[in-house]
Amino acid sequence: MADTPAPRVRMLIHGLDGLRRGQPAELRVTLAHPMDNGLRHDGFGNVVPRNIVTRFECRLDGDLVFAADLYSAIAANPYLGFWLRADGPGTLSFEWSGDWGFNHRETRAIVPA
Amino acid sequence: MKPLPMLPRRRLLGAAAGLGLALQLRPAAAMSAAPTLAAVERQWAGGRPVTEGRVLLDVAPLVENGNAVPIRVQVDSPMTAADHVVEIVVFNERNPQRDVVRFTLTPASGVAQVQARIRLATSQQLVALVRMRDGSQWSHHVDVLVTLAACIEP
Repeated sequence: MADTPAPRVRMLIHGLDGLRRGQPAELRVTLAHPMDNGLRHDGFGNVVPRNIVTRFECRLDGDLVFAADLYSAIAANPYLGFWLRADGPGTLSFEWSGDWGFNHRETRAIVPA
Repeated sequence: MKPLPMLPRRRLLGAAAGLGLALQLRPAAAMSAAPTLAAVERQWAGGRPVTEGRVLLDVAPLVENGNAVPIRVQVDSPMTAADHVVEIVVFNERNPQRDVVRFTLTPASGVAQVQARIRLATSQQLVALVRMRDGSQWSHHVDVLVTLAACIEP
């Protein structure tokens, strides 16, 4: 697993720039992912197997801030908005996991003003 | 050409066709087996009362494209360690599957508000259910009209 090149995964995080100490701010995250719901057919009439992201977690220095369990009813390229109150500098981690062993994790150091 | 090598290919094609048929039949069976909205709400509530109020499920009443419908859930909560939202769940009435999304919140969230984009197969009712730190449970039901459906296009 470790020696295979990781597939290109694109994820966007918005809202980290305006963070202020002790003040809640909204973070918005998007992941490029088809979220195939397992009900669609391809051009040959075969069912496209389910391939969705099932879990998102945001942690601050390892402590859970926000998590979401996602189902087939989440639109392609999942977009989530949630709030964070950071009382000081730390490291935020954003982790997505899903079908077929999908896992993508990114971290960002934050220094609230 | 010898006739024997043809046999495995024919059997393979037959098996492939059978598999395709089985896969096509499965979604229909899954849809009819999905429980009602009221049933999943009852199951989530775990026998304890759910009161309408304190939570706002914000979604456009008329949806043009069911493939990506923005929703926002807002809860009236101070989000302190002693008094905060623990869980927000969204269920639907008429998608192939009742679950839409389940959010876990913590005091570090600061504000009890979440956003997502969801799929809606048809016009139906949505519900946001909220569980607080003290165990109280709240709900908000919303009816949505959908013009272009998601999920069931060929």
